[in-house]
Amino acid sequence: MSTVKEVDDRFKRFGTVSFTGISKINDFIDHLDDGRVTGTRCTDCGRAFFPPRADCCQCRTSRMQWFDIAGRGRLVTYSRLAFAPVGFQDDVPYCIALLDYGDYKVFGRIAADLPEEDLKIGMEMVTTVNTLPNGQLNYVFKKKR
Amino acid sequence: MSKVAIIGVGQSKFVRQYPGSIRELVFDGFKEAVADAGITAGDIGASVVCSAPEYDKQRSPAGVLAEYLGLNPQPTFYVESLCSSSSTGLRLAYALVTSGLHSVVAVLGFQKMSEISSSESQERMGRGADIQWESPFGTMMPAYYAMYARAHMETYGTSPDDLALIRVKAATYGQLNDRAVYRKPVTFDMFGDPNNRMSGPVASPLRVGDCCANADGSSCIIVANEEKTKAFGRKPVWILGTGAATASVNLAGRDLFTGLSAAREAARQAYDMAGVTPEDVDVAEVHDCFTIAELMAYEDLGFAEPGKGRELIRSKATYKEGRIPVNVDGGLLSKGHPIGATGGSQIRTIVLQLRGEAGDIQVKDPAVGLVHNIGGVGLYGNVTILGRDS
Repeated sequence: MSTVKEVDDRFKRFGTVSFTGISKINDFIDHLDDGRVTGTRCTDCGRAFFPPRADCCQCRTSRMQWFDIAGRGRLVTYSRLAFAPVGFQDDVPYCIALLDYGDYKVFGRIAADLPEEDLKIGMEMVTTVNTLPNGQLNYVFKKKR
Repeated sequence: MSKVAIIGVGQSKFVRQYPGSIRELVFDGFKEAVADAGITAGDIGASVVCSAPEYDKQRSPAGVLAEYLGLNPQPTFYVESLCSSSSTGLRLAYALVTSGLHSVVAVLGFQKMSEISSSESQERMGRGADIQWESPFGTMMPAYYAMYARAHMETYGTSPDDLALIRVKAATYGQLNDRAVYRKPVTFDMFGDPNNRMSGPVASPLRVGDCCANADGSSCIIVANEEKTKAFGRKPVWILGTGAATASVNLAGRDLFTGLSAAREAARQAYDMAGVTPEDVDVAEVHDCFTIAELMAYEDLGFAEPGKGRELIRSKATYKEGRIPVNVDGGLLSKGHPIGATGGSQIRTIVLQLRGEAGDIQVKDPAVGLVHNIGGVGLYGNVTILGRDS
């Protein structure tokens, strides 16, 4: 019988470089594998959280339900980086951005094939799962179809 | 509440690479502040040490520094709020004095950033944001502030040229500051010249000239209660108001992208406590880690209405002779930004201004001064209002 305790460090697969492995919302990574980007909603007060949280600070309970980030968000703001931190140099240049979905906002990256010139604050975009060249997972914002 | 005065101020030169250890670096600022206050280490009842620990090899530097400065066996406390650490330290010192626990407290800010490379330092800075949900996308401080700049430009029509004007002002005064890292002139035309370093892209719409540099440095602010202040007989500057606030670390948790909500809340508290309005402020130091940060500070502090900040820089109202002089010591853009030391350096400048001892950068007869010091991208906001003896 093995005495090695299994550690749930699925979150280390998130992003070009992940700084976190162990978290109570690690099912988020399984959802990415299934092509879904998900947040959590408190089953007591109904508040939607993105990024997903294991606990509701309004009710101080942990009864949360997953929901899909679906439909369109509006581009709040963005920036294109000409330099990158250690571990991200191969990704340069890339744009980070924020989308507003009304009940919640999503911070992430613009799809690599979408040039900065095509971005306009207020434009509608969708959030989709993306596999990075190094095999890691994240999500990116694309123009709505 | 009992009154608290600043009785001594000091800072080291801010340099790219300090030729010594953190103890020696902190000693530079401390020595000047103690001499300025006309006291000895034995007069100091406690110290508050302020820095961002991820740059230090030394674990728990507070105790190590207290010993080096001759502050044993007095207690020492370590505080950290990223780039606003030493104004957080000042607020804690204020509480220690008004509570009656200590009558004289030294606030020691420092950072020796040169021990790690610039990109490593950017990565550590980026981790002042949300490491679980933002850093994996490759974020950096300039990019976050750039997102605010983009939103401000879109909402209000602020332009990259307006931001360039802020850097030109900073350099005007940085040349006069022998403690500053960057003392070369910067002209508006440099931003339009693709061959000039100032115009190079960092994180759109911010360019090299919009960003401050890392630095090594230390600062020291000594505060005292009214009784000790009178006994030491030095020219006091009083803490009239202190405001402090926080905001969501992840931008996804925020609603305002054309200003910093923590700065606005801290300003409201400080103005209320001091019983003054933005119109009463004669001279200010604001946290210009990026040009856009100074422009937003004009608005967050009520020097201009939201969206009108650019009018202050275009009309030179924030120059030394203007209606509300801001960062006439060159700001972080010229001085450099040794994280934990920065707030103390800002406070020192305002104290010297209120005493009429600011030399070449002296503003005419100021009575009320303000310090705006921000941690992270508005994760922490501290606003302190100081007044001279009336």
